Parts: sequence; C-alpha cells; structure tokens
Amino acid sequence: MTGPVVTTPTVSAGAGVDRSSPVGARIGVVTFPGSLDDRDALRAIVAAGGTAVPLWHADADLHGVDAVVLPGGFSYGDYLRTGAIARFAPVMTAVVEAAHDGLPVLGICNGFQLLTEAHLLPGALARNASLRFVCRDQRLRVESSATAWTSGYAAGQEIVVPVKNGEGAYVADDATLDALESEGRVVVRYLGSNPNGSYRDIAGIANASGTIVGLMPHPEHAIDPLTGPSRDGMGFFTSILRRMLTGTVGAR
Amino acid sequence: MTDTTERATASPDLEQPYGALGLAEDEYARIRTILGRRPTSSELAMYSVMWSEHCSYKSSKVHLRQFAEKKPDTDILLVGIGENAGVVDIGQGYAVTFKIESHNHPSYVEPYQGAATGVGGIVRDILSMGARPVAIADPLRFGPPEAPDTARVLPGVVAGIGGYANCLGLPTIGGEVVFDPSYAGNPLVNALCVGVMRHEDIKLAKATGPGNLVVLFGSRTGGDGIGGVSVLASATFSGSEGTGSTAKRPSVQVGDPFAEKLLIECCLQLYAEDLVVGIQDLGGAGLSCATSELASNAGTGMHVWLDRVPLRDASLGCEEILMSESQERMCAIVEPRRLERFLAVARRWDVTATVIGEVNDTGRLTIDFHDERIVDVPPRTVAHEGPVYQRPLHRPAGQDALVADEPTAHRLARPGTGAELRATLLRMVSSPELADKSWVTDQYDRYVQGNTVLAAPEDAGVVRVDAHTGLGVAVATDGNGRYTMLDPYAGAQLALVEAYRNVATTGAVPLAVTNCLNFGSPEDPEVMWQFAEAVRGLADGCQTLGIPVTGGNVSFYNQTGTTPILPTPVVGVLGVLDDVARRTPVGFRHEGDMIFLLGQTRDELGGSSWAHLEHGHLGGRPPRVDLDAERELAEVLVAASRDGLVEAAHDLSNGGLAITLVEACLRGGTGARIVLPEGVDPFVGLFSESAARAVVAVSRSEELRRRDMCVARGVPVARIGVVLGSALEVQDQFIVAVDELRAAHQSAFPALFG
Repeated sequence: MTGPVVTTPTVSAGAGVDRSSPVGARIGVVTFPGSLDDRDALRAIVAAGGTAVPLWHADADLHGVDAVVLPGGFSYGDYLRTGAIARFAPVMTAVVEAAHDGLPVLGICNGFQLLTEAHLLPGALARNASLRFVCRDQRLRVESSATAWTSGYAAGQEIVVPVKNGEGAYVADDATLDALESEGRVVVRYLGSNPNGSYRDIAGIANASGTIVGLMPHPEHAIDPLTGPSRDGMGFFTSILRRMLTGTVGAR
Repeated sequence: MTDTTERATASPDLEQPYGALGLAEDEYARIRTILGRRPTSSELAMYSVMWSEHCSYKSSKVHLRQFAEKKPDTDILLVGIGENAGVVDIGQGYAVTFKIESHNHPSYVEPYQGAATGVGGIVRDILSMGARPVAIADPLRFGPPEAPDTARVLPGVVAGIGGYANCLGLPTIGGEVVFDPSYAGNPLVNALCVGVMRHEDIKLAKATGPGNLVVLFGSRTGGDGIGGVSVLASATFSGSEGTGSTAKRPSVQVGDPFAEKLLIECCLQLYAEDLVVGIQDLGGAGLSCATSELASNAGTGMHVWLDRVPLRDASLGCEEILMSESQERMCAIVEPRRLERFLAVARRWDVTATVIGEVNDTGRLTIDFHDERIVDVPPRTVAHEGPVYQRPLHRPAGQDALVADEPTAHRLARPGTGAELRATLLRMVSSPELADKSWVTDQYDRYVQGNTVLAAPEDAGVVRVDAHTGLGVAVATDGNGRYTMLDPYAGAQLALVEAYRNVATTGAVPLAVTNCLNFGSPEDPEVMWQFAEAVRGLADGCQTLGIPVTGGNVSFYNQTGTTPILPTPVVGVLGVLDDVARRTPVGFRHEGDMIFLLGQTRDELGGSSWAHLEHGHLGGRPPRVDLDAERELAEVLVAASRDGLVEAAHDLSNGGLAITLVEACLRGGTGARIVLPEGVDPFVGLFSESAARAVVAVSRSEELRRRDMCVARGVPVARIGVVLGSALEVQDQFIVAVDELRAAHQSAFPALFG
C-alpha cells in the first residue's frame, strides 16, 4: 500500500489560484495517525505553486521529495507526550537522516513538537500557561528571513496567522535561549499578548543552517482570506519553492 | 451461570430486576408475551435499553409524526427521518447530512467526558451515513453564571468539546452559550455535526444479504457507559445532587478521540473502496441497538457469537457486553468476498476489526455466548416496536397568570433618559448572556480542514464544500427557553425562525431543519403539554417555510427534583451557498456604509433579555411570529448577498437592535451613528426583540438598489444610520466609545472563569 491518497480528496488549490505553472519542486507532507492539518498543508503547497506529495508514517521512503512538512494535529492522540510516539515512526528515521544532510523540514505545531522530540531542534513545547487550548488569529513578527522557509519575508515584517494549540509554550534553558537569540535562530515571535506562555514570546525557531524550522502558528491556515485571517502564511511555502528554483537550499 | 433461552423456558417464575432496569410492569409483561416465555437476562438487558425513552421515543413518537405528516413538498431529501441522520441534496452531486443530539445528563455528572462523548456520538451518526464529518456546532445551557457549580460544569464541558472535536480535526463553527437558573442541576449540552458526501456514497444501516458478515470494528468493549440510556437519559435525577451524580458516574462513557479519528479515516477508506453493504454506529444501547436495528431495518435475521467481541475487561458478563456504551465502535455488514480487503484497511488504520456474526433470513436475532443461546428474539420487537404512549397533557395551571404578566412600562421601570439607556446598554453588554463568548470559542479549533468561511460569533457557521465551484453550506442553531415557557408553540417557531434568519443573513438559502427537544419529565402532564405544543409549532413552521425536518433528538427528564428546565427546543437550520465567496459577514467594516433596519419593530419585551437581565422578569407573550415576513426577509438577504449588495448583515434577536449594533461594530472594529426612525420610542427601538428583523450595511453606491429590492418584496426598510468613527452614537440619546463597549463585552467570561 502506498500513501494516504485513497482517502484524501484531490489535492487542489483554492479557487482563483493559477494551477497552470507548477514549479516542479516536490514537497512532501507526512500523515501520521492523528495528523489533522496534512490536507491543509498539501493544499497550501499546491496554492504556492509546488507539487504536493503525501507521505505515510509507516513508509520510510521519502519518494525523492525536495522538502518535508510535518503537519499539525494530534499524532497518536498526543499520548505519552506530544510528538513522543510519532518520533519513532519509520518515516522519521528517513526524515532525520535527510534533515542532517540538509533536506529542508518545516514542522508546524504538532510537527514542531515532533522536531524537538526528534532533537532536530532544541527545547520543548509545554502546556499552555492558561492550561486551555487556544485558537485565535495571532499577530507575529518574522524575526529572521535567513531560513529556507522565511526568505520571502522581510526581517521585522508583521503578519497575522492563526495559532491553535494546547501545548504550545516554547521552553528551553537560558543558555539555549541566549544562543538561539544571538545566532538569529528565533524565526518568529508573538506580538501583542503571548497566547501560550512561550519563553521570550518565541513562536518559531530554526536549526543553525536555517533548513529546519519549527513553528507553533499555522501558516497553512493563512493562505486565503476566504478561509483564514489573511494570506500572510503563504510566504513560508513560496520561500521554499523559490529556494528550490534558485538552488540555494541550505545556504544562509 | 449463563441465563440461556433454555433455562428461561424452564424457570418461568424467576424474579427479574426489570424495574431496576427502567422497565414498567406492563412493558415487562409485553416482553413475555412477545417471547412466549420470560426473557433471559441478556434479552431483558436488550429490551430495557432499547425500550428506554432515549432509544424508543415512546412518549414523543405520537407527536413527532407531525414532522413527516406536515413535511413540505420538496425533492431535496435523499434520506428522510428515521435513519441515523437525514440527507439533503445541495446540488452539484453533493449531499449533506446533519443532525443534533443531546448529552445533557452525562455532562452534568462528568462534564468533560459527558460533553466529549456527546461530540463523539453525533460524529459517528454522521459518519455512518457515508459522509465525511466537516463541522460541529454546540448549543450549551448552564445554570446561573456566578453559581459555584457552573464553574465546575461550564469549563469542563467546553474543554471536553474542544478536547474531542479538536483532536478529531473537526472545526467547531457555531453554537450558543446560555444561562438560566433552571439549568443549574441540569445543563444542556447539545452537539450538531455536519457531514458531506457524494450522492452515490450514501450508506444505510441495513443488514441485507443473508450470508453477509457482521463486523464489529473500532475500540474494544469495556464496562463503561453501561445503562447510559436507561439509567442516565431516561430518568430524573434525585434532588440530592452529590450522591446522585457520584452513583451514576460509572454510567458515563469515556472518550478516546484518537481512536475515533482513526475510525473516521478507516470508514472513509472502506466507503471509497466500496467494502460495506450497510453500517451502523454504536452509541446509546451499544451492541443491542446496532444488531437489532441492522436486522430490523433490512427485515432479515442475524446470528451473533458474542464471545468473539474483543473486550477491554475479560470479566464482563454477556448482559454487560450487550449494554456497554463503550465509545468509538462501528458495526458493518460485509460481503464475505470483501472481508479480506476490509480487514486490511482496518489494519492500515490500526483499527481492531472482528467478525462477530452473520446475516441470515430467519427473521430472528439470535446471540450465542460460548455456545449457549442467550438471545432469540424478533429484531423488530426490540428496535422498532417498543411501547408507544399517549401521555396525558395539561396546560399548566399558572400559564394564564404568566402570560398576563406583561412587561409593560407600568409593570417594569424602563430607562427614560439617554444616560439611562447608555447605562442599560453597558450593563447588558457585559452580562454573560450577551457578552463576548470567545473565552469559549477560542478553545475550539475553527480552522482545521481549511474550509471554514464563517464561524462564531458570525450569525451562522459556513464551510466550503467544493474548492473549485465555491459551493458551501451554512448552519445555525438557536433556542429560547424563556419564549418557549411563555408560549411553547410560538417559542419553538421563534427558535426556528431565528436559525432560519441567521442562515439567510450569511447569504445562504435555508434548506432543512434538525432539532433537539430538551424538556422535563414526560410523565408530568404540564411538561407534556409544553412538548406537544412545541412540536406542533415547529412542524407547522417548517411546513410554512417550506423546509423539512430531517431528524433530531428528544431529551426528556431534564429536571431537578420536580422542577423542570425551561422547555428548550433547539433548532438547527442548514442552508446552501452556491459560492461561499459571496457570504455576508456580521461586522461593519467600511466607514461611510449606510445602515438599514429591515423589518417592523413593535413593543415586544416579553421573555426579552432586557426583562430578564434588568428585572429578573419572565412574563407576558413572546414576540409575534410572522412566517411570511421571515421568508420575505430571508429572500431579500439572500438576493442581496448574491448580487453583492451588502457589506454586512446581522440579525436581531436577544437584546434587540442595541445589541446587534454593538456586535456589528465590535466585529468590524468601527463605530456607527444611529438615528432612530421617527415616532419610535428610543427604548423600544433599541431593546425590543421583535422577530423578522435584520440590520444591513450597504455601500453608498448601492443604497437605491437596496431600497428597491426591499420595497419590491414588501419588507419594511428604514435607513437608521451610517458606519462611522470609533463610537456608537444614538442621536439625541447617548454616545459610547467602541473601546468602552469592547471592554464591557469582553470582561464577563474571563472574570467568571479565569
């Protein structure tokens, strides 16, 4: 058996998106048991002009994709700890190996939690300070445009993207936080009130080379003002596609 | 020792605990007549749960018939009342199924799990029709906001809904949060689910084809929820809340949303590969319900090997296995040649699937447990031929006095000056009844699936069905216990027209209706009168508006001791938008847009938010119902959306024009300058709750066309102001800054619930 395409409606862009000019870059989206925003991520990739490739948790083959998105959701029901079980899925062995070799990876929400569990990014995501799930339109500042996933933004740019999480408080020790700040690896920060108690208002971070990015906010829900608060999230997907075209993946 | 049919025949005089299982003496006698012997303990368990009020609708059936008898002439119904959920044709080959159910009593006993499994249950109903669930709405009602128990129940219920629906990946797009002292010991937790499928994918709960296999799949069966429908949902709680709720806690099911998520994806793949002949979810009454209904619906027979049911707890007896309401289970009828593929799909989703029986043509439902026959019954007598009661009705003794107690200016002091009106508005805006509900709705994921076009606090939730054509559906739920208390016939219709209007306000054409009828004990003739009147009102209203009832749910015994809740029919209306890009939002967004009031305002304050919040008064008559006016208003709103005439639209309901204007300003982040029409008393103009009204904002260039459209349809229209600045000003009366309104509106819930 192959990917989850059987139960996935045709991956398609929203109305009004020009589907006639695929760039050719193939971006994979992994579906774990309990993944929820996988279809949204696939849709966002298509809307940005890429080719979306569904990947399946039990399949260790990445099918030659140029980048991978680990989507939001509740993989394995968040049992034990968010991302703790998904980390051991066969596909993750391949993702971790390829990521070390420079494959761009974007973890959104549950994907971010998974990236920390897999030690591709430092720190952890803890229960929201309010102890409640929070879903709201969130103002953010893009702090770094020097990653594979944010090159299309201007550093300092303010955007509005939904957050929706129960365990989204980014935590790390001071040394790690200081290193992230000084190395320019804080990618996105919350503006206005902090939705979950993240240390230093951190909403997203990157690895040292800028290929791996973890985000709590959901850019895939901000690609069309019809179904989201803005189209501000599209930049994450167009950034990676542009990098593919210009062959600068992994460079900083 | 297992109680077999053989033993039952041999020991006719054995005392059986039918009373403790909720069966009346004559009901027990009827079971003996049907079987020609005493029932086995397993049969008794099955009949007791299936003949419970919750499953058999024995007190409501004679009234609910009106929904079918008065069904308007329509060809949109693909599946009508009686199946797990009705199915409506929305065009372009798509079908939508939707239904609302209650989980009131479990949510009082154990708020988190009660509410969570309420969502889980309605989602499986929708799934069992062949549809992908796409949205949720949750009408909720609680006791007084400041009551200590509300601080236990409300946060638990909200967290339970979010915890389950968020994990399933279902956007929560609507609902209500209402407070009244009558719900203090009996909160109402209703859950509506919408599902989408292609016409050809519709599935029915029928065990057709002798030789086909009965496959149970999903979670293992445990001891949770045993007797949920008979113990919890079909009896009154004792007055002593503490002991009552603790003793009943084991009857509340425990949910596992992750298991349900896998079950959804598994079912959708099974459907896509055409691997099931019939399918039924396991909800109330568990396996007793699924097996008997599947066989009864098809007119076939079925044999089940009960010991094959995978168990979570090996010590369960056969009666408990039959009654268990363990969640996240489904039962499918599968052709033998498809079984291997069926099991492979289940494995792919880590779903346990077991063949537990076989369809036959005996016309009997037989069940063996370790090679002993424990059940041998005609399935129809279990599933569909339960008792039917014509309960006595009586117009309540105090009804006339209640209706006579009109909230006149003489009886209740009304604000007279601009300063008093302003103060009244600020107090009402900051009351939990009318305050901002984002403390609740922010705990629900409204974005997942990427198709949410409108969600609460918009008038109706709207989800896109087809990304290419823009086809979408709108859904709204409404109910008003105070209106229904004053006049159950009108109250049910007011719930209907408010949901209908809310759907139309977004630009959707109202298509069909579901309802959740929450009432006290049917054994109380005064409650039964309220129920009968409400059903009659709803059926008549639907007939006149031309939108059929597709299904629903009755919840009786909502009372504490002998005091029933306010009669609360909650009505859900589904509508369709050809292109969701045309939807009309609530918020005033553009400076300079003209504001119009559509519809006629009368001095109607009976049952109003003003009378309740400012005077603690409930009396008089509810607002007049004018179904023709509602239909004309809806036509104007839909046409205006289609023609791109309106920038914003918001219906008038609780709190009247004043609250509608505040909400539209806050939602859009603008102010408004309002001039009340000549000759209208400012207080009545601002706070009356006359029905069939809406406010629309129109750009200046469209003003004339707008007026013409209203005039052509006979809808009264008055220009009442302009979107402007950062304050709400009612000329000659008062001015209040939007920031001050926002602070008042947003403070209530965090202050109460943290």
